[in-house]
Amino acid sequence: MANNQASKSIVIDYDAIAKQESFKSLVKRKNAFLWSITVFFLAAYLLLPILTSYTTILHQKAFGEVTWVWIYAAGLFIMTWCLCHLYVAKANSFDKEAKAIIAEYENGGGRL
Amino acid sequence: MSPIAIFFFVAIVGLTLIITWWASKRTSSATDFYTAGGGLTGWQNGLAIAGDYLSAASFLGIAGAVALFGFDGFFFSIGYLVAYLVVLYIVAEPLRNLGKFTLADMITARFNNSKVRGTAALSTITIVLFYMIAQLVGAGALIQLLLGIDYWVAVLIVGVMMTTYVLFGGMTATSWVQIIKACLLMLGTVIISFLVLKEFGFSISTMFSEMTTATESGAAYLNPGLKYTNGLDTISMLIALVLGTAGLPHILMRFFTVKDAKTARSSVIWATWIVGIFYVLTIFLGFGAAAFVGKEDIIAANAAGNMAAPLLAEALGGDILFSFVCAVAFATILAVVAGLVLSGASALSHDIYGQIIKKGKITEKEQVFAARIGSITISIVSILLALGAQTLNVAFLVSLAFCIAGSANLPVIIYTIYWKRFNTAGAVTAMLTGLISALVLVAVSPNIWNPVEGKAIFVGEPLIMLTNPALISVPLGFLGGFIGTLLSKETDDAKYREVDVKANTGISVQDVSH
Repeated sequence: MANNQASKSIVIDYDAIAKQESFKSLVKRKNAFLWSITVFFLAAYLLLPILTSYTTILHQKAFGEVTWVWIYAAGLFIMTWCLCHLYVAKANSFDKEAKAIIAEYENGGGRL
Repeated sequence: MSPIAIFFFVAIVGLTLIITWWASKRTSSATDFYTAGGGLTGWQNGLAIAGDYLSAASFLGIAGAVALFGFDGFFFSIGYLVAYLVVLYIVAEPLRNLGKFTLADMITARFNNSKVRGTAALSTITIVLFYMIAQLVGAGALIQLLLGIDYWVAVLIVGVMMTTYVLFGGMTATSWVQIIKACLLMLGTVIISFLVLKEFGFSISTMFSEMTTATESGAAYLNPGLKYTNGLDTISMLIALVLGTAGLPHILMRFFTVKDAKTARSSVIWATWIVGIFYVLTIFLGFGAAAFVGKEDIIAANAAGNMAAPLLAEALGGDILFSFVCAVAFATILAVVAGLVLSGASALSHDIYGQIIKKGKITEKEQVFAARIGSITISIVSILLALGAQTLNVAFLVSLAFCIAGSANLPVIIYTIYWKRFNTAGAVTAMLTGLISALVLVAVSPNIWNPVEGKAIFVGEPLIMLTNPALISVPLGFLGGFIGTLLSKETDDAKYREVDVKANTGISVQDVSH
């Protein structure tokens, strides 16, 4: 099995796959998704120390003695878990597309 | 030491040695040694990542920081957790699709150059050694405190144990030590948290309102500002936490122990949930210690607050829980240092010896032999450094490790995967700029220089006021890679297309691993 896979990889024509419209489209959408979410969560995360260092907005009480800074922190925890699962759902659909791209390449006579 | 404590310690040592013996029979190839044959399942690897990641600094350090500084201590928990999103979104899958054993493998999937590999190995070894000294010095002090034995004996015990796991059981033993430790740590933390909540009548709002009077800080305890008063420094520290994790060699290495990107993904999900729940519970550990042990007793046991969690366990659960928590802390240290030895050894034996000196012309048997020699070398060097650093305040070494990881490793990882124009010169300058700037900036920081004698290593005015220079060094790492790339004419679009296809489709993941 291992030898079979290794010998198969020698004949993969990466340029042919890279030129497929389906591949270009996948990479474009994937990168747009990954980077927009990354910018979002990094911004949400770095906003916390900026707010706590330069303002006292989050020092006010939300309910009981619990101040908003704890609510914000809890929000970041919930965000992390949600984005984690969003990623997996997205990645599974990207996986399916990647499989289709490889199948397209193998059927399309791209093989040497 | 009580008989119960001896029982727990012996049980942990015995159990881990049995695993090592079992794993040693399954470790014959280099792939077995470095990556457990790439055969871990998602939940196993997820628990192992959590076990690798939740160091004594997390368990003892954060609990102590929350106990002493309230919300400011909790910043670490938030940073360490959100860091997993960077790992998941940017690093985990391409790394799994391109690499074999090390970070350098991934970069040289694009640039086949021994300078690139050598620089990556250098940055890995630097991070591992700094991180390891911090862990070993902390471990020595802790075990000295718990068992009442000499510092140097404590360091030697931990050193011999970690070397045994790695030497005989490789990644299989190391992973299982981490898995067991993660389970024990979660069990201990949940029990203590339950007892703390019980004291507050199972009401979070009662807990918060009682915390406003439980410490001398009053209501300020529940807000930021007790410890971190310099805004830029706080931001810089949080940048190091969130970006550094994605460049830590022992975390990166854990993605080579699974068979494909899908499993890598599921292991990060497991790790994120376990680590996230653990960090939520650090609130109960910290608040509980502040309320039921008290600041004076915490500081009396250890000035940095590291004894807060064990003392809390003793206050609420008596001798049995205290002994159990101490044994868990010991297992925690063992699991983390074993992971570090392995990642240092992979850079030394696989990258420097196997790929640069022997140019990849090395038999399977020689590879395993080299890996074992590398493990012993890393172990001995770190034990010697830890013995010499006993009186040094080493807390800054961990932040330095995170800072180098974020400044030297992360830019090169991102450029390698996402930037077509990136080239060999850029890869080398990115890593060197990040590494050197982090080292230099820490060397002129308040960690090293303080006008008051005894507060830092040298007496004098620091040149910068940032205790963690990530705010400056991370952008410098990216900038270094950018300028280095543009100064060299070298481009190889075909190679980039290959890397792009491999990273995005996982098409050749079989031939890079097994």
